[in-house]
Amino acid sequence: MELVCPAGNLPALKAAVDNGADAVYLGFRDETNARHFAGLNFTPDRIRQGIDYARQRRIKVFLALNTYPQPQGWTRWQEAVDQAAALRVDALIAADLGVLDYAAERHPDLPLHLSVQGSATNYEALRFYHERFGIRRAVLPRVLSLTQVESLIGQSPVPVEVFGFGSLCVMVEGRCILSSYATGRSPNTYGACSPASHVEWRETSRGLETRLGGVLIERYGAGQNAGYPTLCKGSFQVGEQTYHALEEPTSLNTLELLPALQRAGVAAIKIEGRQRSPVYVEQVTRVWRAALDACARDPERFHPQAAWMAVLDKVSEGTRTTLGAYDRPWQ
Amino acid sequence: MTPRLSLGPILYYWPRNQVLDFYAQMAESPVALVYLGETVCAKRHQMRTDDWLHLAEQLAAAGKEVVLSTLALVEAESDLKRLRRLCGNGRFWVEANDMAAVRLCQGQPFVAGPGINLYNGRALALLAREGLRRWVLPLELSHQTLAEMQALRPAGVETEVFAYGRLPLAYSARCFTARAYNLPKDDCQYRCLDTPDGMTLTTQDDTRFLALNGIQTQSAHTFSLLGELKRLRALAVDVIRISPQGSHTGQVIGLFDDCLRGGLDPAEGAARLKKLMPVGPCDGYWHGDAGMTWRAAVARLA
Repeated sequence: MELVCPAGNLPALKAAVDNGADAVYLGFRDETNARHFAGLNFTPDRIRQGIDYARQRRIKVFLALNTYPQPQGWTRWQEAVDQAAALRVDALIAADLGVLDYAAERHPDLPLHLSVQGSATNYEALRFYHERFGIRRAVLPRVLSLTQVESLIGQSPVPVEVFGFGSLCVMVEGRCILSSYATGRSPNTYGACSPASHVEWRETSRGLETRLGGVLIERYGAGQNAGYPTLCKGSFQVGEQTYHALEEPTSLNTLELLPALQRAGVAAIKIEGRQRSPVYVEQVTRVWRAALDACARDPERFHPQAAWMAVLDKVSEGTRTTLGAYDRPWQ
Repeated sequence: MTPRLSLGPILYYWPRNQVLDFYAQMAESPVALVYLGETVCAKRHQMRTDDWLHLAEQLAAAGKEVVLSTLALVEAESDLKRLRRLCGNGRFWVEANDMAAVRLCQGQPFVAGPGINLYNGRALALLAREGLRRWVLPLELSHQTLAEMQALRPAGVETEVFAYGRLPLAYSARCFTARAYNLPKDDCQYRCLDTPDGMTLTTQDDTRFLALNGIQTQSAHTFSLLGELKRLRALAVDVIRISPQGSHTGQVIGLFDDCLRGGLDPAEGAARLKKLMPVGPCDGYWHGDAGMTWRAAVARLA
């Protein structure tokens, strides 16, 4: 299984490459990709440096162009596809039908991966993208159980990449507009979920409050560690209870499922976190490299080492991890 | 051209008799089109595929143009099996809410529902080549974007706008209704039967924010464009969709119909409509703002 690691900037790219990634993924410094955060991503000059660094070490570079252009922005996305082709990236990761159609027609030699934002959760959808655009790989949304992943791969026309570690979307990606409901900006339209521009931290008599677009997401008592107010991870009231009605602040960690994912025929494991620091990328890449190697050597006796799990827990949201939808009881 | 009214699929899980009574009433209503079928949860089985097809025949006989709506989150082989049957029904158009349905409709006329991301002209043109006959504007897009899309719209493709109802904002593998009752999804006991408009979710400072509807998360507020009929006409929108709610759907349709026929001022209609909503109105997406905002309220504060 290939290890695909996040690169939000050049130091993170180097950290991924130096610590065992088989491929890195990155984006341009604008709303054409789903991690459109201030100070993150690559200018054309930096991207060239990054590609050179990875190439010299025989590591692949994928470019994420996975948001949904509207007519007024179309030219920018079209230019970004042309730039990606000129840079000769190893693959373009895209979601929008128009972007995929343009890329396939204009640059037939540019390999295409269907982004998780393309929201394909079954093999009939994958067949559509394969027949129309010749996609070479698909990244699956984080909504399928392990059994469903396995049966999908059995019928899929293309190799499949799944998320192994990082922040957890509880909604099917590409079809969640909770963020724009509260802020006007969503992953689809703007390339960011729960954007920092709309976040407020307020000390009140009832504790520290975090808000998104004015909506109270969480209230912290003294001594509690405050987290970033991602909309779907807040505490809300339903009926008489106040609880994490959608999901707790937690990260996905599938390390213990590695042998099963390998058996299921998963082609690549993706690590989430282009918005995270180079140190995060270094630590997580190193652990996953060691784990993937151990699993490849002897899947029967594979067992996640306590030291690996400790490193991953430490960099997880709320310092907790879950198997997410892979594990049926979670659903 | 006056836009035609459509009735969207029931997004909630209602008991079978309630569904049948509802459509008996709808057969007499002024909606021209009716979208039928389960779009949210494959486990809901009060109405089986045969029941939906039978109902489709009855509504067609009553003069309605019927479209069969399909599931948005398609995961299991059993979901695909049902989808193949609907897409191959041979008689009624199908509303695709996942690309699986688009593939299975190949060569046949179909509608791209709100679950299909059509954000630009090139995407629209691509699906037009696949047999697209009508598309629903993605819920988070504004009237400015709609105007640009209309200029790029391929010949023979109609435009529909979701104009009334709680907005479907997200889908998950997890069932939030089961979670609210502390039940596992595999033993959900069909608790969404108890909540005909979903369960309202409130923030800790008592702001009603979202609604839980099984694996779907909706807006607590009801999206409403009745006050925007003039603009919808100017934008050459062909179909205006009303999403069914637990009660008063007939009255909602009546208000839209009266306004479309010129018998009622849309501003007055919009004011009356507010009283029929579970929580209250929103229209932010239409104006390019956060979806939860309501333009009339913003204007009053300014």
